[in-house]
Amino acid sequence: MKRFLAFTIKEFRHILRDTRTLLILFGIPVVEIVIFGYVVTNEIRHVPVVILDKSKDVTTQKITDRILASPWFLEETKVKSEKEIHGLFKKGNVRLAVIFGPDFEKRLMTRGNVPVQVIADGSDPNAARLMVGYLNAIVLQAQKDLNKGMNTTGRLFIKTRMEFNPELKGAFMFVPGTIAMILMLISAMMTSISIAREKETGTMEAMLVSPLHPLQIIIGKVVPYVVIAFMDAVIIIALGGAIFGVPLKGSLFLLMGEVTLFIFLSLSLGIMFSTMSSTQMEAMFLSFFALLLPTVLLSGFIFPIEDMPVALQWFSALMPARWFIVILKSIMLKGAGFLYVWKETLILAGMTMVFLLVSIKKFTIRLE
Amino acid sequence: MDEQDQSISGGNTEHVVEAHDLTKRFGKFTAVNRISFEVCKGEVFGLLGANGAGKTTLIRMLCGLLRPTEGMARVVGYDVVHHPERVKFSIGYMSQQFSLYEDLTVAENIRFFGGIYGMKKKDLAQAGEEMIRKLRLEGIENRLISTLPLGWKQRIAFSIAVLHRPGLVFLDEPTSGVDPVTRRQFWEMILETAREGFTIIVTTHYMDEAEYCDRIAIMTHGNIAGLDSPENLQSQFNVSSMEDLFWKITRERETADSITGI
Repeated sequence: MKRFLAFTIKEFRHILRDTRTLLILFGIPVVEIVIFGYVVTNEIRHVPVVILDKSKDVTTQKITDRILASPWFLEETKVKSEKEIHGLFKKGNVRLAVIFGPDFEKRLMTRGNVPVQVIADGSDPNAARLMVGYLNAIVLQAQKDLNKGMNTTGRLFIKTRMEFNPELKGAFMFVPGTIAMILMLISAMMTSISIAREKETGTMEAMLVSPLHPLQIIIGKVVPYVVIAFMDAVIIIALGGAIFGVPLKGSLFLLMGEVTLFIFLSLSLGIMFSTMSSTQMEAMFLSFFALLLPTVLLSGFIFPIEDMPVALQWFSALMPARWFIVILKSIMLKGAGFLYVWKETLILAGMTMVFLLVSIKKFTIRLE
Repeated sequence: MDEQDQSISGGNTEHVVEAHDLTKRFGKFTAVNRISFEVCKGEVFGLLGANGAGKTTLIRMLCGLLRPTEGMARVVGYDVVHHPERVKFSIGYMSQQFSLYEDLTVAENIRFFGGIYGMKKKDLAQAGEEMIRKLRLEGIENRLISTLPLGWKQRIAFSIAVLHRPGLVFLDEPTSGVDPVTRRQFWEMILETAREGFTIIVTTHYMDEAEYCDRIAIMTHGNIAGLDSPENLQSQFNVSSMEDLFWKITRERETADSITGI
């Protein structure tokens, strides 16, 4: 333990001495969170939608057909009550709900103004804005047709409610994404670079010859990064709350548990990458091009997954960050408990196991 | 002195290294082929050979890093197969890259390496002070290693390798890439350390350095082609310089190999 402590202390020294790295470790999260908040834009397709039709008349059927005929919306499932809709939202099964009140057509003929109720998932505010915009266009079109055919002055209008993020703040999207990216950057990239550095300078050889167990070396290497990554996660969540008002509706304990799991996953990835590279440069390129870039592009952080070609959608399922972002959004914005995120958690845990096994195997092969 | 000898040598005090039929094969390739030899206490033992002769593989087995395919070896009294962790505790190691942390200070490097070898705080402080005094590093303990000249780094790396008073010190090509004057100074330091009772195994491809060794083993193609004191080897092979000796031994070996069709 004392020897292990000596090793860990040394590792902290490396980091504290290198001011440039230190700047990266704490400066990047702050810069990213500010930048991404203002530049992220996206487009949507095939949004899973649920339609609750309490009237079931010709008019509602016409509007429904129009909605589902558009390329933007796909009917996910049918429901009988508002209660069911809420559950679907929390699980993330649907992102948009359209509700027609009872006697829709009759009211349109007699009373005039009739609302089409729309509920959108606001946890991805850009997408929510777009979804409602598209829907509005469809309903307006339906209005024109109605006026032609029925000779009525009745008017349709959309009554929107945003689930989870009533004010549609963009920060709600990029705070979880930034957390995922920063944790990945620090845990995977920095770890793999720091291990590769010891290989490059020959000190790894001295460590392997020393009485330190290989496991002690690896764990000693990653402990400082666990601490830093954890601090960064707290900083981002706090900043997101303070500056952009991103809530934390779910349990802090569960959130931190998931953050820890993701840190371990990223670390095991970093260790795996370091076994594949022998210089810092290699480790850097490997983490950047094989990890960071696909994570940013494919995790749904910037570009919506629904919008990708099917092949890329499959590929995005391999991105750990994709599942982590879903978990973060569910806990922070929807206040979901473990029961709602256990599947994603299991996927992350499974990935961690695989990465760890591969890197342990690779590391011992190298020793042998 | 007696007490100290006990503490640095572990078990058997006669032979610090005993290797019997030590063999390492990687697939079909035999890197080290049934090597047997001993290294006596207090000896400076040179390991010579061209690149790929099997020096590094042999040393890695003796350090407990590589598991032998066949045969056995005891280092400082411990079996390298069954107790590699004890072997690691009892040896010191310095590679050609010096293995110091460039972004740590001299004192921090000393504390770190002392720490991972499990030295007690008091012993470590004492040994560290002594080392700094001996190398005349007073006043620069807190300078970063990266700011020091190569020769200093080399001597610091060596002193750190013997800091925990290991029963055996491995020096893996410690002088490659260093100018002749610094090399000479470094060898004086090695010999002085050996006189204190340390046992040292050193690999090199500078033939002139072989003459500093008490005994040398010349390796070719995974075998030891000759093992004795430099003088005896020269007369045995009827040559007048180490350069010629090395040339003759490697040539003979290659000729023999080509005749037997290896």
